[in-house]
Amino acid sequence: MRESATAKAVLQKRKWELPALRSSGRRFELSRLFVAGAVAVIAFIALCAIAPQWIAPYSPTEMLADSLMQAPSAAHPFGTDYFGRDVFSLVVYGSRDSLFIGLMSVVVGGLVGGTIGALSGYIGGWFDTILMRIIDTLMTIPGILLALAIAAAMGPSLTNIVLAVASSAIPGYARVMRGQTMSINGRPYITAARSIGVSRFGIFRRHVLPNSLSPLLVMATLGIGSSILAGSGLSFLGLGLLKEIPDWGTLLSQGRGYLTVAWWICTFPGLAITLLVLAVNILGDWLRDRLDPKRKEA
Amino acid sequence: MERLLEINDLSVDFHTRRGLLRALSEVSLTIRRGETVCLVGESGSGKTITSKAVMRLLDYENGRIAGGRIRLDGLDLTALSQNELRSLRGKKMAMVFQEPMAAFDPVYTIGYQLVETIRRHETRSKKEAWEHAVSLLARVGIPEPRIRMKQYPGELSGGMLQRAMIALALSCGPELLIADEPTTALDVTIQAQILQLLQELKEEFRMSILLITHDLGIAAEIADRVVVLYAGRVAEQAPAAELFARPHHPYTRGLLDSVAALDTEKGEKLRSIAGSIPSLSALPDGCLFHPRCPFASDKCRNEAPPLISRNGRAAACWHTDKLLTATNAEKGSARQEIELLSEKLILAEKNPSASPFESPEASPDLFQVSGLRKFYRLKGSLPGRARAHIRAVDDVSFAIRRGETFGLVGESGSGKSTLGRVLLQLEKATAGRIRFGDRELTGLRGAALREVRKDMQMIFQDPYGSLDPRWNVGDIIGEPLRVHERLTASEKKERVARLLESVGLDASYANRYPHEFSGGQRQRIGIARAIALSPKFVLADEAVSALDVSVQAQVVNLLQELQEKLGLTYLFIAHGLQVVRHLSDRIGVMYLGKLVEIAPSRELFLRPAHPYTKALIASIPSADIGAKRERIALQGEIPSPARPPSGCRFHTRCPLATARCKEEEPELRTIGSEHVAACHYPL
Repeated sequence: MRESATAKAVLQKRKWELPALRSSGRRFELSRLFVAGAVAVIAFIALCAIAPQWIAPYSPTEMLADSLMQAPSAAHPFGTDYFGRDVFSLVVYGSRDSLFIGLMSVVVGGLVGGTIGALSGYIGGWFDTILMRIIDTLMTIPGILLALAIAAAMGPSLTNIVLAVASSAIPGYARVMRGQTMSINGRPYITAARSIGVSRFGIFRRHVLPNSLSPLLVMATLGIGSSILAGSGLSFLGLGLLKEIPDWGTLLSQGRGYLTVAWWICTFPGLAITLLVLAVNILGDWLRDRLDPKRKEA
Repeated sequence: MERLLEINDLSVDFHTRRGLLRALSEVSLTIRRGETVCLVGESGSGKTITSKAVMRLLDYENGRIAGGRIRLDGLDLTALSQNELRSLRGKKMAMVFQEPMAAFDPVYTIGYQLVETIRRHETRSKKEAWEHAVSLLARVGIPEPRIRMKQYPGELSGGMLQRAMIALALSCGPELLIADEPTTALDVTIQAQILQLLQELKEEFRMSILLITHDLGIAAEIADRVVVLYAGRVAEQAPAAELFARPHHPYTRGLLDSVAALDTEKGEKLRSIAGSIPSLSALPDGCLFHPRCPFASDKCRNEAPPLISRNGRAAACWHTDKLLTATNAEKGSARQEIELLSEKLILAEKNPSASPFESPEASPDLFQVSGLRKFYRLKGSLPGRARAHIRAVDDVSFAIRRGETFGLVGESGSGKSTLGRVLLQLEKATAGRIRFGDRELTGLRGAALREVRKDMQMIFQDPYGSLDPRWNVGDIIGEPLRVHERLTASEKKERVARLLESVGLDASYANRYPHEFSGGQRQRIGIARAIALSPKFVLADEAVSALDVSVQAQVVNLLQELQEKLGLTYLFIAHGLQVVRHLSDRIGVMYLGKLVEIAPSRELFLRPAHPYTKALIASIPSADIGAKRERIALQGEIPSPARPPSGCRFHTRCPLATARCKEEEPELRTIGSEHVAACHYPL
């Protein structure tokens, strides 16, 4: 004997919500703890990027000839590499470029993609069709391949890496923003604004844009993590910066040859990337919840 | 009669962020075999929670039965496990939901879902189950059931789906049918059909029905007994006839007044219940109803009244006796009024020229509409080929006079909302002319159009969707001012405060956000915004349909008050005839894109000329228990506006249709003074 279809429909719908709701009280506390941790991690990495000399015990260029490839110890918590550089100091100094790539490519990609998507969705018609076919074409090329092509064509520089990573993210932002704009544009309060005589641009600026922005913001926050990964990937593939102070991706790339003899050289930069991406993602989730106007407390 | 369902002292708690909330406390009710019990109350009173407690669907929604028993046919439902309950659901008790569209799975055919349900409870072959399903569909009045079986839910209309939903609920012969607002999402005409169907099925399948509704008219129509809930407690329960004749609780009385008052003519102030239902997290002390009760005394404020039974009915009120004497006194005077009115009518019959209905002086028209058409091209039809169109509005001509309220009614799909939107130039007309004052609107664009918008405003149906959730109330109301007038910040603030007060809200609300308000309050915010620029014309599109009856009456009163104060002209669109009647000077009836009748409101109700109008009036459920009339329920559903029937568009559903109606399209012809109808054989 089983339940009726109607009851079943309700049951199935509820099943998904069940675990989350049941423990909502405790989960709430736990999530706050995670957010606090994420903020601490990001704050620390930001500090590393701004003032690495306060944190790093050694200079990133200083080669300690007497201690090559030392395992982690009290003197060198992350060990030393094949030149005798302190890996901890390298990671601390390397944060600046990684963070820069992550933030800037999201800002550039989000602005360009968001603008394309918003205009496309709001104006519609032929404009929308043409823009979206371009975006679709861009989407058929795998992101990392596109970034690779751009980085290879334009040569290795920080700006080019940012542009390469950003352009591979543009289609995603454009799609999300377009969908959101179109859905907001169909809401009754848009008709309400039209009926009192607000101009087309006024509606876009005051109603459509503010209400469409939150998914993009959340997506951008989450995008910081993947941009850092993409930037690191480019560096790892050798299309990154060749500077005195390597970024995290370059560290990974250069350390991979020693993985069997000195695992710490590329493990710790890798962990740093993981930690930062994780922290940014947790923050992104939290932001998504906070941006829901219904949960805004007066 | 044997008792089928017994609920004793049922209490339900919900876990929320703010801790436990008691949603139901000590609710008791019984349903005997073959009996229909209606559970009524405003939204938030706990009706649906009660039904879900019976089905034990609460367990899936964070709810918990905190106390009391639910016995179905002797079985204690509160003690059973979900596994055991599953065998009861569908078989012994089944449920029909409010949203038929949402209750079916859109990816399976109707037939598949029916067969699956039948086979789950009964060992039948696929073929037998299929035949059984076909016969069920036929029984609930679905034409061509064999074809419907193979269709997907999206291909059926709301009314058809609700019938299919009922078939699904009946498929295993339940003893108790729980129907949660089964007709709220449907048109009045379809509602009447569904209610009648439920009545018939109850006899045929020997079921009991627990019907949940906010509409006392429906309760009066089909209930044997009525239970009134307020804020999670039983306020009153009584046999239907007694409850409607003599409510023992001021809340019931308030609800009845809010509904009954809608039958009255324009101008009178509706009686309504002040305020709104309290939030469960902030319940008042003593009697829960005392903040809204006209009889409240100190005792009510301090002590919660117990549910006291007398003569087979029960009410939880300290002042039942006071209420009864007050009702008796009023009944007398009301009777006199009715006598006076009927005398007037008799006079009118004798001397038709001296109309007792003083028509508003022939004031110049504010809106003049002629030959208006609005077609939408159907998706998928190629340009250049024979075009398929939805004829939403097809050749409509009428006028709205300055200072009057013009009501527009019709089923959904009749094109009334489209007509409203085209009038306000929110959509461009396909053909025809619209004059507003001395301006032709159809050609206006850009800045000139925005300028005219100052004079025409709109109140929306959905008080939740029509306010930007990111704006605070002050900005929302101030937006028209910002667009059209140059005001300093302090002037604007001052204006917003005055507007808020004029719609009965506190000026301090300006800093709050829409989601903090109830539906009625939001609708007031929408009204404040609409009158911010002192417009000449306001379109109210189903402006009160989404609100509870008691709140409806408040908003209707507000609209009338504002009309008197500001000299507004309204176009009031609604599918419910009652509200339109109360508000309107004249009413237009639309059917499939055509205006089929226009008449002064009282005239329309007394002497409808078009059979469609008559059927619409007949399908209003009346809260007057004495008037369980034989209904001229309208058969069938409104045809698709893409392929309207030939000749008179109503002929497919008209009881009086002849061959002429099929071929010749009737023109709007004058029936009496101010009264026109498009029918070959006006009543």
